[in-house]
Amino acid sequence: MADLTDLSLLDAADGLRSGAISSRELTCACLDRIERQDPALHAFLAMTADLALRQAQAADRRLSEWRRAPDAPLPATCGIPIAVKDVLCLAGEPTTAGSRILEGFRPPYTATSVQRMVDSGAVVLGKTNTDEFAMGSSTENSGYGPTHNPWDASRVPGGSSGGSAAAVAGRLCFAALGSDTGGSVRQPAAFCGVTGLKPSYGRVSRYGLIAYGSSLDSVGGLARSAADLAPVFHIIAGHDPLDSTCVTDPVSPVDLDGVELHGLRIGVPDEYFIEGIQPEVEASVRRAIEVFCRLGAVAIPIRLPHTDLALPVYYLIAPAEASANLARYDGIRFGPRRAAEGLMDQYLETRGALFGPEVKRRIMLGTYALSAGYYDAYYAQAQKVRTLIKDDFEAAFRGVDLIACPVAPTTAFPIGAHGDDPLAMYLEDVFTLPANLAGIPGIAFPVGFDRDRLPIGMQLNGPHLSEAALLRACHAYQSMTAWHTERPPL
Amino acid sequence: MALTLDEVRHIARLARLRLTPEEEARYREQLSAILDYAARLAQVDTASIPPTATVLPLHAPLRPDEPRPGLSAGQVLANAPASDGAMFRIPPVFE
Repeated sequence: MADLTDLSLLDAADGLRSGAISSRELTCACLDRIERQDPALHAFLAMTADLALRQAQAADRRLSEWRRAPDAPLPATCGIPIAVKDVLCLAGEPTTAGSRILEGFRPPYTATSVQRMVDSGAVVLGKTNTDEFAMGSSTENSGYGPTHNPWDASRVPGGSSGGSAAAVAGRLCFAALGSDTGGSVRQPAAFCGVTGLKPSYGRVSRYGLIAYGSSLDSVGGLARSAADLAPVFHIIAGHDPLDSTCVTDPVSPVDLDGVELHGLRIGVPDEYFIEGIQPEVEASVRRAIEVFCRLGAVAIPIRLPHTDLALPVYYLIAPAEASANLARYDGIRFGPRRAAEGLMDQYLETRGALFGPEVKRRIMLGTYALSAGYYDAYYAQAQKVRTLIKDDFEAAFRGVDLIACPVAPTTAFPIGAHGDDPLAMYLEDVFTLPANLAGIPGIAFPVGFDRDRLPIGMQLNGPHLSEAALLRACHAYQSMTAWHTERPPL
Repeated sequence: MALTLDEVRHIARLARLRLTPEEEARYREQLSAILDYAARLAQVDTASIPPTATVLPLHAPLRPDEPRPGLSAGQVLANAPASDGAMFRIPPVFE
């Protein structure tokens, strides 16, 4: 057998069930590969190798019991090594959200999404790098140094779930959890050539997710294909009494068998094929839409007229919510403290010294948008325009089943390319953040390469709670194409 | 719209952030550019548009009011930079 880390999640699961391989072997193969490759990638902020080996041993016991009674249900992820974005709490293990202000923090509890993966028998290898508090599109804003793109180490992996995307693309794990507030699962999935699902708002519990923008945050997953991602989504989705924003709608296993797309109406919005988009990105996405049409789908031009307002709306609402959520980092209950004479000076010194530049920028922007005299002009107006963006999607979904568009205007850009120009970086999210504002799900997956052999991603969006339809459509495409099987030159 | 340095200092104080003079100057420039970009929202007529605070129907789910185990004091204090074993320690608040 070739390297175990080259197996798909589902093939590895078959091997575990048959007994041909053990979870311990898979886990050691991943840990070995991480030891060899991660010094150059820096996908991980912390390894949880001891925990992983204990979990692998427990999974091997569970698998051997299952082989004696194979009619019992067994999750596909039992014994499968995964990675977890460092914005999700894992009890007793370092959890920093990529911030120096949480250096040394070990949470006393585990996020529900992580717990559900652990309960399914998945093996947690470590915590992956992220832009500080998930604020960024390149993982360059991490307080612990950037992650490098496995396809070209001089380029960013996207962000903020750049560590998770690089780990999946680099075969360091079989799947990873991420979070998506404005594109943070989908854009790094596109930049690294993997498949990433941002579920509907409320579909996956956010208990134990370090909060950024609470009306936008969602927990999602990344894997090498829709088929590998489907069981991960099924495990983490569903109601959680510990998160009052988690919907109670039931979640069924995603059935990928016999997928056909006959009559599927795919909307193609003019507003997402704009000037400034890299021509190879547009060409690859349009070719992928043709593949969907050959599979029986029908492409229908649509309009989402308020798309160009999504960026300013997002960059008022998300920072406003962030300024409130990040007030808790006060140097009193967790994280390091900068000693000072009085309490006020301690707040000022601790937060001024330990938050990074982008986090401070967004806290300032949000504080301003919420401050007396400016609230109505900025925050309240942004919430009203958000309604128009949400209404655009609702109107579109009366005529189409899914919407197809690029994930990002370009492929992965060089580390340092956006320097100290925040607006240029914000434009990276122009195609992903409308879905967060509307609360709808999106899936990103590879549909080609540019001339520098960097992956090109495409996005499908669907109505609220349509994750199964997105996974099925993506799987149908991946059954006809091989982009998702290409490996980076590590 | 250009923010003044005094406005930047006021926001930083509200946000409990100590900024260096270089940071104040840089944030003045960058935040002004971002707010300029956001100004396009003012041109949208939203007189009859309700705001969206959340995309979900708002409701307050209830559960039976029964005591359940929570975190121990030791767990809660374990990450504190300073504690006396029962409480968080902070600098004096009152003179």
